[in-house]
Amino acid sequence: MRKHETTDSRPGAGTPLAVSAARRKGLSVGIATGLYGISFGALATASGLDVCQTMVLTAIMFTGGSQFAFVGVIGGGGSALGAALAAILLGIRNTLYGLVLAPVLPRGGAKGAARSLLTIDESAAVAATTEDPVAKRAGFWAAGLAVYVFWNLFSLVGALIGQSVGDPSAWGLDAAAAAAFLGLLWPRLVSRDIVAVAVAAAFIALITTPVLPAGLPVLAAALVAVLVGLLPRRPRTEPGTGGTASAGTDADGADDARIAAEQEDRA
Amino acid sequence: MSWLWIGVIGATVVAFVQKWLGYQVPPAVLEKPRIARVTALLPVALLGALVATQAVADGQHLTADARLPALAVAALLLALRAPFLAVVIAAAVVAAVCRALGWG
Repeated sequence: MRKHETTDSRPGAGTPLAVSAARRKGLSVGIATGLYGISFGALATASGLDVCQTMVLTAIMFTGGSQFAFVGVIGGGGSALGAALAAILLGIRNTLYGLVLAPVLPRGGAKGAARSLLTIDESAAVAATTEDPVAKRAGFWAAGLAVYVFWNLFSLVGALIGQSVGDPSAWGLDAAAAAAFLGLLWPRLVSRDIVAVAVAAAFIALITTPVLPAGLPVLAAALVAVLVGLLPRRPRTEPGTGGTASAGTDADGADDARIAAEQEDRA
Repeated sequence: MSWLWIGVIGATVVAFVQKWLGYQVPPAVLEKPRIARVTALLPVALLGALVATQAVADGQHLTADARLPALAVAALLLALRAPFLAVVIAAAVVAAVCRALGWG
């Protein structure tokens, strides 16, 4: 099934299998992430926000890292300005997601606003698992909407009764999130160059974790992609990485075809 | 209006603008080869970083806890081409069982 997700990259070609796989991923990611709303709601009210302020952050800011940063600073005795700056710093990565998603999502109108609102780690990650534009759209909306619904619902629950529900990590939900991100990354690891980028990014994220506020290590790791992408291409092509080397002259299409071909090889 | 409300609303508005901004880059810019390469690699780098931090970061600390065996089981299942949902559930179960047994 994973194979079908990348075998067709014609615009609008959406194979039903790829589309339904993307929807299922989106839904399961949405539930696992949304349950964490309980800890956000509980932490927010424990930090001194009222239920209304908590729900403004959840419903309109709607980006978990920034929300946790905001209430974390307030809870630690920081100022509202400090809290806002921390949240804004963490929100920069959502701009990157928009850059990546722009070609496949509709522009303007109510859908344009919804598209911006739902641009978060999870929706961008699910969209990134497939090259099929129709499945990308389906995955983005499924994950975005599922996270939105469950995140709001459970934030409210957490804000109202949070202190008595207990820790979601006792249910293994933190591990489920790690596994979900790994599951989203896995199908993309089709060449040594791409694996190297993922490993380097993970490494950068880990070594910067102790020195940067939570959430920023992910941003630091994104620099790996920027650097590798901007480096001049090597003149000689190694076996197995040819597609990446030739990507210098193509748009997404040829790269998709390469990923599809390499996945066929692996299958 | 309290400072806290001003902070909440200010940060919320900026957060939305940040999301909106990424979509405003003209397609012609995104199609430039180097930019296209960067946007193709970004999801890989971001996901790699998210896996790592979600697995071992606890705030600003790095810890080895029940998430690690759970992630190892997830990787094994992915290598065996198990469905996405099964992988996620298995990881949650492994971590929950480890913690119920008093580790991590």
